[in-house]
Amino acid sequence: MAEQTSLDATPQTQVAPTARKIRVLVAKPGLDGHDRGAKVIARALRDGGMEVIYTGIRQTPAMIVEAAIQEDVDAILLSILSGAHMAIFPKIMDLLRGQGATDILVMAGGILPDEDIPAIEAMGIKGNFGPGTSTQDIVAYVRANVPPERMAQPLPPLQTLGTPPTDATEQA
Amino acid sequence: MYDDLITRLTAGDRRALARMVSLIENGAPGSQEALARLHALGGHAHIIGVTGSPGAGKSTLVMQLVRELRRRAARVAIIAVDPTSPFTGGAILGDRIRMQDIGGDPNVYIRSMASRGSVGGLSSATRDAVRVLDAAAFDHIIIETVGAGQAEVEIVRAAQSIVVVTVPGMGDDIQALKAGILEIADCFCVNKADRPGADGAVAELRMLLSLDTGRDKAAWKPPIVKTIAATGEGVPALADALANHIAFLRASGQLVERGERQARSEILALLYQALLARVDATIGPDRFAAVVREVAARENDPYSAARAMEQQLGL
Ligand SMILES: Nc1nc2c(ncn2[C@@H]2O[C@H](COP(=O)(O)OP(=O)(O)OP(=O)(O)O)[C@@H](O)[C@H]2O)c(=O)[nH]1
Ligand SMILES: [Mg+2]
Repeated sequence: MAEQTSLDATPQTQVAPTARKIRVLVAKPGLDGHDRGAKVIARALRDGGMEVIYTGIRQTPAMIVEAAIQEDVDAILLSILSGAHMAIFPKIMDLLRGQGATDILVMAGGILPDEDIPAIEAMGIKGNFGPGTSTQDIVAYVRANVPPERMAQPLPPLQTLGTPPTDATEQA
Repeated sequence: MYDDLITRLTAGDRRALARMVSLIENGAPGSQEALARLHALGGHAHIIGVTGSPGAGKSTLVMQLVRELRRRAARVAIIAVDPTSPFTGGAILGDRIRMQDIGGDPNVYIRSMASRGSVGGLSSATRDAVRVLDAAAFDHIIIETVGAGQAEVEIVRAAQSIVVVTVPGMGDDIQALKAGILEIADCFCVNKADRPGADGAVAELRMLLSLDTGRDKAAWKPPIVKTIAATGEGVPALADALANHIAFLRASGQLVERGERQARSEILALLYQALLARVDATIGPDRFAAVVREVAARENDPYSAARAMEQQLGL
């Protein structure tokens, strides 16, 4: 893959093909069939310059984690309304850990009762965006919280696969 | 540099595979060396392009085709390309929605890619991603791309067999086919055949193909397959048509020809990029812009300007 040069006739409105993009999986676990909220967030992230993988409703934890691995996303946003979060979230986190994918930012949004928030945070799930959260805040949160080792320019080789982390600093 | 990753992805490790695609998509330093090694490992996959108008049922069809190929014991990878928004640089990649049934199969890998800055619907990163998947020993690599003019032509560079998907009752769609993708289709698929007008669409396509004098008479005659992707009907016939096509390419020597055509265009594209980089480094963007202004203002001419630059570059 060759470098983009300043002489290329790329219009200003277009983005250099090699630009590092934040990839986010917006997933809708649980059995409720409404995904309007998830779609609004997906569009907001897109408008924030991110690449959003949207997988539709009724996703099982296994489906979500498999998609996150195959797509090598930087972040997962779980949108949930059904109230099944305390059953679903730990499964997702376990599966991610099982794959060694601990460098992915996992966030939740939707209807999450206040009393569950400490437990959700203890699982390592961030954000916890309630119904009133503005989409701009969510976009800003994702941008600020993707683990810095993932945002190294370019992506680091998989540390968890045993590649020395010095590679990432060399490339920076 | 990425030895570990290459070893793991060729052994079937999906995280390593996914990370290699990301590194290449981001143009990471050393990715060209990795691609060079991956190139040597590949060359075995049947690369299938699927294109057609938005909403024609491409993703649903790809999902059914993968199920059929899995029944035939093949390992399959999918690259689903969606457009990057020219205004924000972001993208919504939604093709996976239709592919949930196959998403958990360990012999299937699905990757969504945004077109990013590429001219057509197919970024050059797509071709490189195909190279990674080929080295990872998938039997079939299917590229789904938005059918938007130039994109269909771009697909040819990466695919060996091209499926153009159309639906009944879209007269304009058939007219659009005439404009350019008639020539590149190796197989037509009239999807949503559960809707009225499927036979009419087939007849219309057949008529257009008979008029297409650009095709060599001894060459491959693109079959027209009716499918209902929603149920899977007609999909085995599509899989058969694709198997026949690759067999035809092999037997006729055209597979080698296609491969050489692709290699040629890739080398030329890389040379062009290298030349631009040298112009940037040797002449510099400011001087270059100044010469552009001189030529436009007719104080200089393009021939003399280019010759002077060639000399400066030592060409
Ligand atoms: N009636 C009918 N509907 C179908 C058939 N195949 C697909 N669809 C529907 O058509 C719609 C679009 O299907 P997709 O598979 O997403 O189409 P696509 O061409 O991939 O769409 P884009 O990627 O957005 O261009 C969905 O609602 C499908 O359920 C079919 O054979 N018959
Ligand atoms: Mg699609």
